[in-house]
Amino acid sequence: MNFLESSAATSQTNAHLAANASSGGHGQLDLMGALFVFMLATFIGVMVVQRVSRLLHTPLMSLTNAISAIAVVGAIIVSAGKDYPIYITALGLVAIFCSTTNIVSGFLITDRMLKMFKKREPAGKGAAK
Amino acid sequence: MSAENLVQLLYLVSTGLFIMSLKWMSDPETARKGVFSGVAAMALAVAGTLAGVITTGGTHYWWILGAFAIGAGVGYPLAQVPLTAVPQRTALSHAFGGLAAGLVGTGKFFLYYGQKNEAALSPFIVVALVAEILLGFLTFTGSILAAGKLQEVKWIPQRPVTYPMQNVSNLALFVVALGLGIALVMHPLATWAPYAFILIIILSLAFGVLLIIPIGGADMPTVISILNSYAGLSAVAMGFVLNNKLLITAGALDGSSGLILSIIMCKAMNRSFTNVLFGAFGQTPSTTASGEQKSYKADTVESVVQVMEQANLVVIVPGYGMAVAQAQHKVRELYDQLKKRGITVKFAIHPVAGRMPGHMNVLLAEAEIPYEDLVEMDEINGDMPQADVALIIGANDVVNPAARADKGSPIYGMPIINADKARTIYAIKRSKSPGFAGIDNELYFLDKTFMLFGDAKVVVGELARKLTDEGGMH
Repeated sequence: MNFLESSAATSQTNAHLAANASSGGHGQLDLMGALFVFMLATFIGVMVVQRVSRLLHTPLMSLTNAISAIAVVGAIIVSAGKDYPIYITALGLVAIFCSTTNIVSGFLITDRMLKMFKKREPAGKGAAK
Repeated sequence: MSAENLVQLLYLVSTGLFIMSLKWMSDPETARKGVFSGVAAMALAVAGTLAGVITTGGTHYWWILGAFAIGAGVGYPLAQVPLTAVPQRTALSHAFGGLAAGLVGTGKFFLYYGQKNEAALSPFIVVALVAEILLGFLTFTGSILAAGKLQEVKWIPQRPVTYPMQNVSNLALFVVALGLGIALVMHPLATWAPYAFILIIILSLAFGVLLIIPIGGADMPTVISILNSYAGLSAVAMGFVLNNKLLITAGALDGSSGLILSIIMCKAMNRSFTNVLFGAFGQTPSTTASGEQKSYKADTVESVVQVMEQANLVVIVPGYGMAVAQAQHKVRELYDQLKKRGITVKFAIHPVAGRMPGHMNVLLAEAEIPYEDLVEMDEINGDMPQADVALIIGANDVVNPAARADKGSPIYGMPIINADKARTIYAIKRSKSPGFAGIDNELYFLDKTFMLFGDAKVVVGELARKLTDEGGMH
């Protein structure tokens, strides 16, 4: 079970990366700040999504699919760590692959669908006898 | 320090763009701007993260680039699927999202554990980690299974699978997972902690399967929305673990979007969340014991065309049957022919018609039917008594009047499109079997209802051709 073994050397790089991803400390203030952000973002999300036209619910879902691939941020942080055990890098890389798949296919198919939503053509083309 | 600020600034702009991206989706006119805004936001997020990693001494850049390239290579063809396959593609991409979150959470846990990093494994972080992998891996297997059901993969049962004590055994498993989670929060560095962690992963994978097998096709719109929400929430949990506000905001946007969609879907079926998740439809006792033998009245394409030509208002009610038969382009031909005769044609769209939210709208838009003519259920119902013809294409439960009248019906209380109020009703149906819920639809037995049996694409095609042939006489 070599993944149970600690490698003291990694803890310093990790501190670096943690500092990059966050402001470092794991104090109460950070936690509360994060919870505030979560609550506000949820409210904004609810407000904004409620106004999305029902016509566009399928594109909305593929768009939010692409947005949830924001997990790529975490995946990059995990993959790029120096002196991390190799299996952790591998997990990160697979996560990057998964997220990128979602980013590319999500945005592309959303745009493809949205292009199809057309207004009625001005009278004269199809409507005229 | 300034590099750190730059990263945060990029994240801030990215967050703003994500919000605008969803805001622009409110109107088909501006929706494409929303996509560009989302792409820009994602690009900034990736750029910011890379900048942060580079300035703090990261590594493996070629590998990361390679993962990006392979991901893009797989993602591109996934975006080219036919639109009838969009529900399965969506489910598949939820699976990818869940897996990514689960893997990152797993990586982070073993990293901190390996470092014996007590500060990093604070109770709050461990709670977030457990939530991340639970939601992530559950979404992964659940979505794979949902995609398989939608794609009608052979070895995945299409019908809801139920067994005795289903909910009890699921609950028991959940309690076990919860207990393991609590133990992990209290002793994150114990020698058994990695085993507990792995056990939670296995349980989460099992939950995904167990949650989806009892769910039938008509519940898919709700289930897909719930999985969408879970994928977002797992990103939020990742944000808490990494103390990254961009992850929290973007994940929350996704989570709330999935939540709203699932609430809309539940309302449209008059069911609660718990009822969708825990009350498999398949077990409803068949109430078709009524003695009298009812019979359908079939009609011919010729007489349908004659009636339609006299109509002022034709309302078309599409359902999953239209998607299965890929009939949307033939529907467009029919629409054109009727329009040519000055007849008003509207499409009545039920929120749960099809297999995912908005499914019908996308298919009809693909056939280039202007979106002004795609009308929501609540709006069209007022006009139904004025409709001369209601043409039902592969829809069943969403037009079943039993939902309004029959208290004993399993779908009682579900809002429906009042097709029965129209003067004449034509229903195109693949076979004489009842719909998904196994409920007879009394709409089909009304005096003014006539059936057209056959493949929706073929029947609608014949209608359109008949009208085209007669077009010369006008």
